[in-house]
Amino acid sequence: MIGYLVRRVGGAVLVLFGLSLLLYGLFYLAPSDPAILTCGKGCTPERLAEVRHALGVDDPVATQYAHFVRGLVAGRDYPAGPATRHCPAPCLGYSFETDQPVTRLLLDRLPVSASLALGAEVLALTAGIGAGVLSGLRRYRWLDRIVNGLVLAGYAVPVFLVGLLLLLLFCVQLQWLPFPSYVPLTTDPLAWARNLLLPWVALAVIQTAAYARLTRAGIQETLAEDHIRTARAYGLPERRIIWRRALRGALLPLVTLTAIDLAAIMTSAVLTETMFGLPGVGQLLVGAVNQIDLPVVVGVTLLAGLLIVAANTVADLLYRAVDPRVELR
Amino acid sequence: MTTLTVENLRIRFGDTVAVDGLSFELPAGSALGIVGESGSGKSATALALLGLHTSATIEGRISFDDLDLTGLNDKQWRQIRGARIAMVFQEPLTALSPFHTIGDQIAEVYRLHSGASRQAARQRAVEVLRQVHIPDPAGRAASYPHQFSGGMRQRALIAMALACRPRLIVADEPTTALDVTVQAQILDLLDEVRETTGTSLLLISHDLGVVAGSCDRVVVMRRGLAVEQGETAAVLGAPTDAYTRELLQAAPHPTPPRKNDGKPLLRLAGVRKHFKQRRREPVKAVDDVTLDVRAGETLGIVGESGTGKTTLARLMTGLLTQSAGTITLDGVDIARRPGGSVQMVFQDPLSSLNPRRTIGESIADPLRLSGVRDPRSRVEDLLERVGLARREYDRYPHQLSGGMRQRVGIARALAPGPRLIVCDEPVSSLDVTTQAQVLALLEDLREELGLTMVFISHDLAVLRQIADRVAVLADGRIVEIGDTAQVYAAPQHPYTKELLAAVPVADPAEARRLRALRRSLDLSDTKS
Repeated sequence: MIGYLVRRVGGAVLVLFGLSLLLYGLFYLAPSDPAILTCGKGCTPERLAEVRHALGVDDPVATQYAHFVRGLVAGRDYPAGPATRHCPAPCLGYSFETDQPVTRLLLDRLPVSASLALGAEVLALTAGIGAGVLSGLRRYRWLDRIVNGLVLAGYAVPVFLVGLLLLLLFCVQLQWLPFPSYVPLTTDPLAWARNLLLPWVALAVIQTAAYARLTRAGIQETLAEDHIRTARAYGLPERRIIWRRALRGALLPLVTLTAIDLAAIMTSAVLTETMFGLPGVGQLLVGAVNQIDLPVVVGVTLLAGLLIVAANTVADLLYRAVDPRVELR
Repeated sequence: MTTLTVENLRIRFGDTVAVDGLSFELPAGSALGIVGESGSGKSATALALLGLHTSATIEGRISFDDLDLTGLNDKQWRQIRGARIAMVFQEPLTALSPFHTIGDQIAEVYRLHSGASRQAARQRAVEVLRQVHIPDPAGRAASYPHQFSGGMRQRALIAMALACRPRLIVADEPTTALDVTVQAQILDLLDEVRETTGTSLLLISHDLGVVAGSCDRVVVMRRGLAVEQGETAAVLGAPTDAYTRELLQAAPHPTPPRKNDGKPLLRLAGVRKHFKQRRREPVKAVDDVTLDVRAGETLGIVGESGTGKTTLARLMTGLLTQSAGTITLDGVDIARRPGGSVQMVFQDPLSSLNPRRTIGESIADPLRLSGVRDPRSRVEDLLERVGLARREYDRYPHQLSGGMRQRVGIARALAPGPRLIVCDEPVSSLDVTTQAQVLALLEDLREELGLTMVFISHDLAVLRQIADRVAVLADGRIVEIGDTAQVYAAPQHPYTKELLAAVPVADPAEARRLRALRRSLDLSDTKS
C-alpha cells in the first residue's frame, strides 16, 4: 500500500516534468513572440530587446527551462528594474500579461472552479444514478425509453445552449435568480449556492447523461450475474438484492469516471465559466493561450496534470475500498 | 414419507418445451439423481423447484412436504428458498457475491430466515463452515470468495445451503467446474451431509459416474422426457431404455493395449517454462520435463488444473519457447520444424474458430499457407473425412453444434498433413455421447493416417480408452509415466493413486468401493 503510493507519487512527478518539457518545446517551436505583444505598438528594436530580456525569453530554451525547474523546486529571483524580486518555491513565474505571480492567479481561481466542479458532480451523480437505476430495472418499458431519450438529448445539446436557455428562463423571464457572479462560500454560503445553481445545472446535464447510461448498463449486467441468481435462490428480497448486491457492482466504473471528470471540470470548463462570468481556471487558460502568456499556460497545464493524476490515485484507492478483488500493485 | 413429489411437470419457454411431463418422487432423507445431456431439461427442472423461472410457463404439480409449490406467490416462495429448499450451483466462483465475505453471505441468509441476531448468525456461519471442513472456519469466514480455491468455494456454497437446515438440497452440476480429486471430495461431502443432517438430496449431473456413487434412485432425462427411472443399481446395471444403454456405452471404457516400439518422434529433454512475474517468484509452469513421444503412438498426459498441461502442449507445438532444455522433432529443433508438421486441436472449438469466417475458410487457411491455390475441394474432402457434409463449408461456427465444431477443429489440424497432433482437452466440453463419437474419430484418423498423437486431458477414463502410454503431470513435473494398462492397474506415485481413486465410475458398487478407498486414503483432509 505504502509502496503503491510511493510509486504513484514518483510516477506523477515524472508525468508533470514530461508535461512541462513538452510545453516548453511546443512554445519554442511556435512562430509567435510574446515580447512583441507585450511591447505593443510603435515598439523600437531596442525596447523589444529590453522586454525580451525582462521576460527571460532571450535565453536559449534549454536555459529557460532550467530556470523554470529551479524556480519550481527552490524558488528564483527575477530582475525588476534595479532591484530583484524573490519568487518563493514552488515558483511558476510571473504572468507576461499582468505581471502577477502565476501561483497567486491559480490560487485565486481554483476555489471558483472547485465550487463549480463539485456542485455539478453532486447534481450529476444524483440524477444520473437515479435515472440509470430506474431505467435499468424497467428495461424496455416506457420509463426506460423516456430516460434513454432524455439521455441522448443531454448528450446532444451543447452546454452553451443549455446555459443560455437557463439564463433566459430563470434570470430574464422569471427573474427567480440573479445573473451569476461568484460569491465565495466563506462569505455567504447561500449566495454562493444561488449564484452557482445555473452553472451547476448546465454542466450537470451532460455528465448526468453519461452516468445514467453507465449505471443502466451496469445494473443490467450485474443483475444477470450468477451471484444474483444465488441471492434469489436463497430468498433474499428483490429490493435488498438491488441495493446491496447489484448496485455495488454497477457503480464501480463510475468511481473512476467521476474522479477524472472532477479534475477535468476544474481546469477546462471554459464555456460554462465564460457564459456565466465565473473567474475560473478554464477562463484563465484561454486568456493566457491567446496572449502567449507562457508562465500561465504552463502553470494551468501542470495544475491540470496534477489534478488528473491525483484524481486517478484517489479513484484507485476508492476502487480498492469498494471491490475487495482489486489489488494495488 | 416423501419430501418431494413432481407430477407431470411441463416447462415451456414460449413454444419451446423444455420439460415435457416429468414425474418423480424423492423420499425423505434419500438422494435422487437426474442425469441427462445438455438440453435435456434437467436444469430447468431444478430452477422450477425453487420458482426461479421468470419467463417460463409451468404446468403440473410440485408437492413439497404437503405444500403445493406451483401456486405460491413471491412472498411465499421467498420463505421456502434457502430455508426449506436450498440450491447449490455449478460455478462456485460466480455463484457467490464478490463484494461480501463468505461469512457475511451465509449469515445474511440465516438471519433472513431465522430472525437471529447478528452475533448468532455469525456463529451459525462459522458452524456450517466447520461442518463442510473449511480449515480455521472462524478466520476464513472473513475471507472473500476470490481468496478461496474452487473446491473451498463449493464447500462454502454447501455451507450456505446447510445454514437454515433445509429439508431438501438441490445440487445442479455441483462438481462440473472442479478437478477430479476435488470433485470426489465434494461428492463425499454431500453424501456425508445427507447422512448427518437427514436432508434429502436432488443431484443433477451430466455424468453417470457422479450420480452412481451418490444416489439411491436415478432419473434419466432426454429432451425434456424421463426415459427411465428407478433404483440406481437397476438402471445403471440393467438399463431397459435404449438411450440409457447408449449413455452407458458412450462412457469411456478401457481398450486392449497396443504395443508400440516406434522410434522417438518428439523428444523433450530437461524442458522448463518459467513465466516471469512482477515483484514475485516466477511461475514454474513446466519444470524439468523429459519425455519421448514415439512415432505412431498416442501419449496421454493427465493432470489437474494448474499443473502445466496446456503450457506443455504449447511448448510441444512451438507456440511457446521453452526457458531451458531442448525439444526436437525428428532430430530437428522444434523452432525449425517443417511447416505444418505439428498441429494442435484446442479445447474450446467455439472460441478457437474465427466467428466471422466460414468454417471452410478457417480450414483452408493452413492449406493456402502451404501454397495450395484453390483449396476448396481439398477442404470439402477433409470435412467429409471428419464426418461433416461437404456443404458445411459455407457455414459459420455458431451454426454448428459443439461436436461438429470440434470436428472442424480436427479437420483444420489435419489440413497441412501433420505428423504429430497435440490435442489439448479436445472432448472436455462435449456431452458424453458426442465425446464418444469424437474419440472414435480421432482413433480412426490415427490408424488411417499413421499419426502420432499427444492427448492431454484431466479425465483419466478418456485417457484409458485412447492412450497407449500415460504421463501424470503434477506441479509442472512428470511424476509417473508408463504403459496405460500398467499405470492404471498398479499406480506407483501417491498422486496417481489419489487421481485414480477419485475417478467417478458408473457402476454403483464400484463407486462405493472407491468412496471407501478414498476415506482410507484420507483424502477428505482439507487440501482443496
